[in-house]
Amino acid sequence: MRRCGERRVRSLKRVLPTAALAGAIAIAFGLAATFGADAQAASDADAKAATVKTAQAKTPDAKTANATPWAGIGRPATRSEIQAWDIDVRTDFKGLPPGSGSVEAGERVWEAKCAICHGTFGESNEVFTPIVGGTTKEDIESGHVANLKRTDFPQRSTMMKLSQVSTLWDYIRRAMPWNAPKSLSTDEVYAVTAYILNLADVVPADYVLSDRNIVDVQKRLPNRNGMTFYEPLWRVDGKPDAQGDACMSGCRTDPARLAAAGLPEHARDAHGNLMAQNRVVGPVRGADTTRPPRPDLDGAQVAALAEATMLASIPHQRKPEDLAREANCMACHAVDAKMVGPSFRDVGAKYRGRPGVAEMLVGRVKNGTSGAWGDVPMPANAAIADDDIRVIVNWILEDR
Amino acid sequence: MNDFLDPSGQPSDGTAVRLAGRIRPAPENTLSAEELDRARRARRSFMGKALAMGAGAGAAAKAVAGAPAKAVAGAPDKAGAPREAPGVDGPGDKAILELPPHTTGLGQPVAARGYGVPSQWERNLQRRESPGLTRVSASSVSFAPLQGMFGIITPNGLHFERHHQGWWDIDPSRHRLMINGLVREARVFTMDDLMRLPSVSRIHFIECGANSGMEWGNNAVPTVQYTHGMLSCAEFTGVPLSTLLDLCGIDRRNGRYVLAEGADGSSMTRTTPIDRALDDVLVAWGMNGEMLRPENGYPLRLVVPGVQGVSWVKYLRRIEVGDQPWYTKDETVHYVDLMPDGQHRQFTSIQEVKSVITTPSGGQMLLDKGYYSVSGLAWSGRGRIRRVDVSFDGGRNWRTARLDSLVLPKALTRFSIDWTWDGSPAVLQSRAIDETGAVQPKINQLRAVRGTRSIYHNNAIQSWRVAESGEVFNAQVW
Repeated sequence: MRRCGERRVRSLKRVLPTAALAGAIAIAFGLAATFGADAQAASDADAKAATVKTAQAKTPDAKTANATPWAGIGRPATRSEIQAWDIDVRTDFKGLPPGSGSVEAGERVWEAKCAICHGTFGESNEVFTPIVGGTTKEDIESGHVANLKRTDFPQRSTMMKLSQVSTLWDYIRRAMPWNAPKSLSTDEVYAVTAYILNLADVVPADYVLSDRNIVDVQKRLPNRNGMTFYEPLWRVDGKPDAQGDACMSGCRTDPARLAAAGLPEHARDAHGNLMAQNRVVGPVRGADTTRPPRPDLDGAQVAALAEATMLASIPHQRKPEDLAREANCMACHAVDAKMVGPSFRDVGAKYRGRPGVAEMLVGRVKNGTSGAWGDVPMPANAAIADDDIRVIVNWILEDR
Repeated sequence: MNDFLDPSGQPSDGTAVRLAGRIRPAPENTLSAEELDRARRARRSFMGKALAMGAGAGAAAKAVAGAPAKAVAGAPDKAGAPREAPGVDGPGDKAILELPPHTTGLGQPVAARGYGVPSQWERNLQRRESPGLTRVSASSVSFAPLQGMFGIITPNGLHFERHHQGWWDIDPSRHRLMINGLVREARVFTMDDLMRLPSVSRIHFIECGANSGMEWGNNAVPTVQYTHGMLSCAEFTGVPLSTLLDLCGIDRRNGRYVLAEGADGSSMTRTTPIDRALDDVLVAWGMNGEMLRPENGYPLRLVVPGVQGVSWVKYLRRIEVGDQPWYTKDETVHYVDLMPDGQHRQFTSIQEVKSVITTPSGGQMLLDKGYYSVSGLAWSGRGRIRRVDVSFDGGRNWRTARLDSLVLPKALTRFSIDWTWDGSPAVLQSRAIDETGAVQPKINQLRAVRGTRSIYHNNAIQSWRVAESGEVFNAQVW
């Protein structure tokens, strides 16, 4: 967000190219006051100047917030509110509440609340990826999980990747169980964490995990050394590690790839009928993946098939209110008010319960009528299908 | 000079010949000798001109009413009235000759639908799950139908979704935002409070870090919806995070990171560095002119331009200022990029330069040879798109495309280029260059550095193979 002060600094830099930045800022403040820009701009500049000064001060400037006209919006948070929401745990364990839980207690919580998704041994079933598996005692020594180097290892479990035990504790507390998050007590979180760590041989079976010894656990995580901070994708001005080639003609390509097929044939309909996932007008249609690929170009047939597929997907059963609207009954009638014609509520009240009345009304709608409610005639509504008129009339006669 | 039609209604000395769908016009004039004479005598007068025009129109009407009628010569009307193009021989399209119900009837009233929805004929374009990608739909993705979208704005109902613990339709009057940590005063804001603050509106793309991730190893999915559909672009409206942090008196010396936390079941948390937080990050409630949709975080979400979507915390409930990154689950166990040596790259936030052709694209059929306006999208998390090149022969030769619409930083940019398809096989690719000079790489170049198990940040050039049948297939070509 550009600020007035910054704009003034830049323009001054053009005028005084040799001035040091600090000097330019000082001059800008002085000039802003001297030249007396309009009151709003001056106070903005002062506000921004105060903000800039704050960056160099040791403590935040209490006057800064009060300088903006919206400074009073919102209210201070209470200690209990902060405690209710400030639940994050950092890698230095700031935020970790006191408590403890044994592996044994963790197994009981696990069986009751976790195994249904994650399996008794953290191997998970068909629902979620495994939490435990793929780590060895050698990994615990080195802090690097060796199986991560293999391209043939089938799954990467949580414990294969986990580099911070605080992350595990934080996530279980805020997000687990999946359908009842934040329902575990602090001690239950310690217990479940201890159970997972025991399944991965990070702690022994008689271990009691607590806020006092969790720092020791960190030193035994199998992948604690497995993360690298990759700055080029953290900073917006980083450089790519794989730079493409801007060649325009006669560029190098691999001809063997051009001949290679794409997806295997048996996967052709794995995402449904693609004809039903594309628009029915425009330069293209979707491909009919319920059949093998066509051998020849026949746009007319493809277009016809696409339209037929679309028509088949439009629901046939429409609600009576929608039918009444589409048939333009609402041009003269309303449900609850007399307009050109009587309200549907009044029609229903008058005719409900009389034998044979439905077909009589269908005939009147279809052929037109007058005199039943006044002089204004209802014209024939020949364009509406008889079945649709029947649905509308029955809906009007319903006792609601 | 011959009559247009002889008395029997058959073409007289005419030579209008129908050739395989084309008409060769006969050389006669439209008017009879008598009509022309009258018009010539009257041509300088207003009435004369009208007569001439009427005579011309009368002749044209005669031509349409009778069948078969002859085509009209190229010779201009000698009377001086401007020449209207008459039609050609042929029976005519039933869609024209038989007036449809909507041309002969009364339509729907206003406000028939208080909140409008698309035509029923657009029902094919929906966001969809990719079968088999995830095992539970509440921790899953729905992909935007890029194959049918125009311009750069994603309609709110087609915006892609990514949830870790399902989505909610939250009561906005009970939603709160808390700002705490290294600030002079921790504060709580209601939606009323936030929506009073000075707001801005910015168009930005949001892309999941795992977009195109299933194709790291090989082709996996058939259409651009599934290869690239974890991508959307909207105009977001909200208060800059810097305004809120200044309001709370952020400790600018010690505050180096912010933590964003959501109010959903997962209470998703992500670390954002302070330079991003104070630059273009928004606390947003608006999306394309209305409030955020529930699936996209109603009533409040974080907007972190250029950064992968997981940082754009939905149902935003808390911002904490701190002096260390938090190593949350979704930046420590997930959203980390596995490298060939077994290390994971961590804190890989920025989405790099990328592009894809959306028309034509995988799973579509070209209906005909001839002209197409090949079109697609380009974007970069580091700034604006500078240029997009397109190849039709699998990357041997390239031409530079037109950049349509707005070219905005960290937003989708629409490109298009002319193509005449001769019916032979072709491989279409697009390659984007952003304002930093970064050039979109090929998939083999990316694999050479990152291997095939990286999951995230696949910004490789996408290839679409066009077969002689007109069908377009997803292919990996370099």
